[in-house]
Amino acid sequence: MRETANLFFRLRVRWSAWEIIFWLAWAGAFFYPGINLALLGQVLIWGLFAMSLDLVLGYRGIPSLGHAAFFGIGAYTAGFLGKYGWTEPLSGLLAAGLVSGAVGLMTGRIVRGLYGVGLLMVTLGLNLLLYDFVDRSTKLTGGHDGLQDIVIAPVLGLFRFDMSGHTAYVYILIVTFILFFGVRALVNSAWGLSLIGARDNSRRMTMLGAPVAGDLTWAFGISAFVAGVAGALLTQTTQFASPEMMSFQRSADLLVVLVIGGTAMLYGGFFGALVYVVLRDQLAALNPIYWYFWIGLLLVLIVTFFRTGILPTASQFWIRLTAHQSKRNKLPGSTSL
Amino acid sequence: MVFLTTLFNGLAYGFLLFIMAVGLSVTMGMMRFVNLAHVSLCMLGGYVMVTAMERFDIPFLATLPLAFLITGLFSIALERLVLRFFYGTDDLTQVLLSIGLVFMSISTIAYFFGPEYKPVSVPVWLTGQIDISGLTLERYRIFLVCVGVILTLLILFGVERTRFGAMVRACVDNPRVASGSGLNMQVIFAMTFAVGGGLAGLGGALSASLLGLDPNFPFRYLVYMLIVVSVGGMGTIVGTLIAALAIGVADVCTKYYFPAAGGSIIYIFTVAVMLWRPQGLMGRKLGHA
Amino acid sequence: MNMPLAPDFVLKTRNLSMAFGGVKVFNNLDFELMRGDCHAIIGPNGAGKTTFVAIITGLLSPTGGEVLLDGQDVTRYSVKQRVAEGIVRTFQINTLFDSLTPMESVVIAICQRDKVAKPTFRAVKHLHSQIDEAYALLEKFGLADDAIVATQLLPYGKQRVLEVVLAYALRPRVLLLDEPAAGLSTSQGRALFEQVVTLAQGTTVLFIEHDMNLVFSYATRVSVFAGGTVIANGTPDEIRAHAGVRDAYLGT
Repeated sequence: MRETANLFFRLRVRWSAWEIIFWLAWAGAFFYPGINLALLGQVLIWGLFAMSLDLVLGYRGIPSLGHAAFFGIGAYTAGFLGKYGWTEPLSGLLAAGLVSGAVGLMTGRIVRGLYGVGLLMVTLGLNLLLYDFVDRSTKLTGGHDGLQDIVIAPVLGLFRFDMSGHTAYVYILIVTFILFFGVRALVNSAWGLSLIGARDNSRRMTMLGAPVAGDLTWAFGISAFVAGVAGALLTQTTQFASPEMMSFQRSADLLVVLVIGGTAMLYGGFFGALVYVVLRDQLAALNPIYWYFWIGLLLVLIVTFFRTGILPTASQFWIRLTAHQSKRNKLPGSTSL
Repeated sequence: MVFLTTLFNGLAYGFLLFIMAVGLSVTMGMMRFVNLAHVSLCMLGGYVMVTAMERFDIPFLATLPLAFLITGLFSIALERLVLRFFYGTDDLTQVLLSIGLVFMSISTIAYFFGPEYKPVSVPVWLTGQIDISGLTLERYRIFLVCVGVILTLLILFGVERTRFGAMVRACVDNPRVASGSGLNMQVIFAMTFAVGGGLAGLGGALSASLLGLDPNFPFRYLVYMLIVVSVGGMGTIVGTLIAALAIGVADVCTKYYFPAAGGSIIYIFTVAVMLWRPQGLMGRKLGHA
Repeated sequence: MNMPLAPDFVLKTRNLSMAFGGVKVFNNLDFELMRGDCHAIIGPNGAGKTTFVAIITGLLSPTGGEVLLDGQDVTRYSVKQRVAEGIVRTFQINTLFDSLTPMESVVIAICQRDKVAKPTFRAVKHLHSQIDEAYALLEKFGLADDAIVATQLLPYGKQRVLEVVLAYALRPRVLLLDEPAAGLSTSQGRALFEQVVTLAQGTTVLFIEHDMNLVFSYATRVSVFAGGTVIANGTPDEIRAHAGVRDAYLGT
């Protein structure tokens, strides 16, 4: 019986077959003839970005309408480094993450006591402030036209970012996987469990003596770090940074991506990103403005039928199914994918 | 003198924001429902006006009540058919739902009217400028301020003096008690949505020539709506008025005197107010989430 | 060392006053909780019981007086500080982690107690002592069979038990139960109290209850709150015989 308990937690964190297939598929895509690596790279970056929001929204339950700010800060940090002489990509990535992460820590401190509309407005307001500043400061940031003349040196001195996009794709995939691995471990730790607890019932968490506010600050900081790296990845692989990367538009689109795929699953962001990027690519060919209709409809349908997103709803269904089974067979059911 | 003109222009803009946002404030305060699609109703009103004037040769002044009516009817339909199923769900669900509706509205309008700005022709007697005690003011803005003041008085009178207004106030203050004392919540919600939505449409129609009318209107003004409602306080009409006028004046003045700062001052102000008083200037302090 | 002759109080309030606006809820309230007791607070609604509990746990600050824990003045301590000092409560309405299993919930509680829940990459599966302790606890309280079922899927009675387990897992100095049997059937209520009394031996328990059968069966001491004061204090038998209490509250 005691073994069941330990087994439960072992299974909870074990890499399922689906996960392994998922990552192998991304690796294998590299070798598929004629595949659009640039597009897939975009999906990965969006997926990583969405995963960063998932930490705060899915696992901690804090809706943020301004996450693009962190993405943009990371993008511009990497951009500035590349433009003014520090062209080494890996350290640039780390720097971007750290700067963005620091801002994330500050944001976490600011939004501590807030909830509901107040919280949404503050996160939105901070995002808009940043966008406005960057958009206008033509001398500092290149203004609306964006940051140009960014130079990125070959990765590890060997792999140049070329037109074919091969280096870029592998670079993006490896960085994404490493960060995913880290966040996955965080979420499966006692700290991650505490975040979920605070999401479900912060009153009870306080009653357990948990540092709820401190944990929230760290969640924001880590989330911002990941978002910042995602932004830096985009800048480094395209040698370009623009204010659009930190626009409210992008924050809203991110929310859509995560919701479509499903929150609190880590993989939800990647699924949502796939749907979003592919749809946008296909429909934008027709007319960009009509694309909004379908995304809007998708959002309405999801909210109506899959209240928490496609993956979590399916997963909830799965929980109830396996709950009966586990009662009968005394085998642990898993509450996570 | 230039300052007074700028101030006046700011007031005109502020009244516009008030008319457009007041419906949102009341419905958010009453049903605790975050309805971002409200800004699409403003856009609808604008397009109703433009269509009425161009296709049916209806004079400008007559299109205003028309915009109010049609948008009001549309709001009821929206509320009954879609929104009411989401009362009581969490903030994020409502935000996502209404963003989805906004997206759909943008595309729909673009489909029927094209993606460009629609030129809005205002009657001759409202164009140009007029000199009043040394100030050169635009006629249209004077018109806006007059309409704004009249509407504000009507709204305040309606809320304070009519039975319907009393019912609305009861529902905003304490929905549970209100429903327990026999008020038909469904009807009150629907009517409030109708009036609020109608006002949004009217505001949109009025704003069309000043702010420009195109399918991207919601993207541009959603943020201002939210700022006015959250800074003023949900469910308060006076609060919304104060916030709208303040934001209107601040926006026009900063854009004139500090063009480099742009919208930053408004955003800083919003963040500061939200941190100091999360319930808004005149909002009711909410309990723990 | 000489044994103290005076009774050992783990929790004490002195001259406690609480007023909301101009309304006085209570004035100069003295209350003593003896170590190891299973102390019941009873009284009609509006007598100030919930306010009292809120002040003890740090949710509210009294307008006057002191709260002492083992002689230490904790009056100005925050909720978090009081939990750290060992004052833990349950709620009248279930305050649980709906999407988590009892196993996960109790593990969180124990990890917070042992302070091993800081940001880390280490998976929960490595925390063997916490997991084992959590499971043992669930076993003792009869929740072992449902250990890995999501809390929201559990029947209400079991959720109520879990509510107590979460607080008990912190090894509190004072375990404060706010109407633990609320919504439970008579037999369920009795079962819960049996568990609490047998298992929580050594822990000082303070509970609010409306079910008189439970109070007189399981309490070692009873305090009656009415109109903002403690109108009676003593063993269940003493309280049963107290005329004032009968008039104010017990009726038949």
